[in-house]
Amino acid sequence: MPDSLEGFEMIGKSGKSLITFITAGDPSKNATLNFMLAMEEYADVIELGIPFSDPMADGKAIQKANYRALKAGIKLSDVFDIVRSFRKHSEKPVVLMTYFNPIYAVGIERFVRDASEAGVSGMIVVDLPLEEAGGYLEMCEKYGIGTIFLAAPNTSDERLMAIDEVSEFIYLVSTYGVTGVRDEVPPIAFEALKRVKKVCRKPVAVGFGVSKLEHVRKLMDAGADGVVVGSAIVEIIERLGEDAAEEIQRKVRELRGAIKR
Amino acid sequence: MKFGEFGGRFVPEVLIPPLEELKKAYMEIREDDEFQRELEHYLKNYAGRPTPLYFAKNLTERVGGAKIYLKREDLLHGGAHKINNTIGQALLARKMGKKRLIAETGAGQHGVATAMAGALFGMETEIYMGSEDVERQRMNVFRMRLLGAKVIPVEGGTKTLKDAINEALRDWVASFETTHYLIGSCVGPYPYPEMVRDFQSVIGREARQQILQIEGRLPDAVVACVGGGSNAIGIFHPFVDDDVRLIGVEAAGKGIDTGEHSASLNAGRKGVLHGMLSYFLQDDEGQIVDAHSIAAGLDYPGVGPEHAYLMEEGRAEYVAVTDDEALKAFVELSRAEGILPALESAHAIAYAMKIAAEMSRDEIVVVNLSGRGDKDLGVVMDAGLAGGL
Repeated sequence: MPDSLEGFEMIGKSGKSLITFITAGDPSKNATLNFMLAMEEYADVIELGIPFSDPMADGKAIQKANYRALKAGIKLSDVFDIVRSFRKHSEKPVVLMTYFNPIYAVGIERFVRDASEAGVSGMIVVDLPLEEAGGYLEMCEKYGIGTIFLAAPNTSDERLMAIDEVSEFIYLVSTYGVTGVRDEVPPIAFEALKRVKKVCRKPVAVGFGVSKLEHVRKLMDAGADGVVVGSAIVEIIERLGEDAAEEIQRKVRELRGAIKR
Repeated sequence: MKFGEFGGRFVPEVLIPPLEELKKAYMEIREDDEFQRELEHYLKNYAGRPTPLYFAKNLTERVGGAKIYLKREDLLHGGAHKINNTIGQALLARKMGKKRLIAETGAGQHGVATAMAGALFGMETEIYMGSEDVERQRMNVFRMRLLGAKVIPVEGGTKTLKDAINEALRDWVASFETTHYLIGSCVGPYPYPEMVRDFQSVIGREARQQILQIEGRLPDAVVACVGGGSNAIGIFHPFVDDDVRLIGVEAAGKGIDTGEHSASLNAGRKGVLHGMLSYFLQDDEGQIVDAHSIAAGLDYPGVGPEHAYLMEEGRAEYVAVTDDEALKAFVELSRAEGILPALESAHAIAYAMKIAAEMSRDEIVVVNLSGRGDKDLGVVMDAGLAGGL
């Protein structure tokens, strides 16, 4: 069983972190593994999305990635296979990002146990706020899976403190909206980052809309411990399909350039 | 906040504060006489409440069993019960200072009812509708546009109602500061299921009072169709503590065993979607699957959490009626009473006729006739059941 905490200690402590997201099975199981390996050198944490029929928090790019993966027939067991294979090549932490229903459908314990056995370090469940997370937290603790909760610019200090208690790091959503590439990081993200850094003890990674070198640089300067880049990479997959690995690596390397070790 | 284990608030963190704001505002107006008077005013003078409770004498004689009463929600403005909820929520939204309404719609009934409320209260209104449904329901799209609403076709997923809800939620995540999401059924995260139930409970409150007045006693059974379940919960709720059978009728579509149906309670499994824990049609890995019903208003792969609770508690029964049975009931009621029921409501009629036949003549069944059938003429004609033109 991987020591999840060890993986996450990289965030915030040994410098700034780059977290990169792709959807598992988009456009195929093998391609996903290749893409993960392509990102591995320059990313600190790899976030793997579990495709879902109803991705309500996602913008167009990741929605389409979900549908491509489902159309390709990806199953939960494939997602765990991908993580297992990746583990043979890399120690970098893998975080699963999912909606709650795929967990609920197979049973929380079975899901978390299988994830842990496959070598998953942590999980983010988009539509599972703290109030509903009791049983899930218990199982993640039992099987040594780190939990990461989302925070938003409108999350109260009180809730932030509660989230801080149970999160390996805080995943701060940069804006009011869904995932997707945006031209600018909105001012509200910087205000929120300042507040979250003050309230929370854990490292803070900012995501949603973060896609350019410039965004990464500004957020790092503003005190972020990490950034999450998703749609910008997923759009490369949309464009190049199976052949996206090289371009993905180029993109991740470029973003890495904005992060001082 | 929950109905047993059902309901809850399974939403991204960013929606917690707007849901709290909504809950707080809703709790306030629930006790606010002025608000309730205003709501009553619009329900009476704009929507046409109270609706009659009509003794369907001819239908009763044909069936030859229990007395069948129809709660005539089909007579409301817009032709269905939907307006009870849209007026309530739009008034609340206005009180909260929101300038814009968004809503999802499947067949277009809730979209039209929201567009009416938007026009009435001078609020910008945008309706999300699956692009498949936009194609299938062109007249309702036109009606919404006439009423001043913007209709936004949704291309994601199965391009139907559930995807329209997803897209409305995506809008709301970005717009909640100025916008109220006017959900059309007793579904979604808390406080929606409870709030929609309360706005629709006027149906059951009236029906209960009316039957006591007419018959001097409560009915033996109350029957209503269930898609998301708002007309059913609306008529059930005031009878929950009474010794009255409550029967929800789901859409069995082409038959439960064909997989083409919308019977989440009869054939689905527990799951989490659209902010709530309830019953959903889904595969083994929790992917939501497409629903089917000849009645577009029942064509949703989930159901309101309070129905899941009433079923598990054994307080209400949930049965299912096929497309064909609903079509037959549609024709039957038209011929017997001169009333064209909505195909959704025809599911309830079909089941009510079935049980009434087995009941004695001094027993009473109340059916919620939740909408009128004019919108369904094309479908009924295509089915060829009543002969063509």
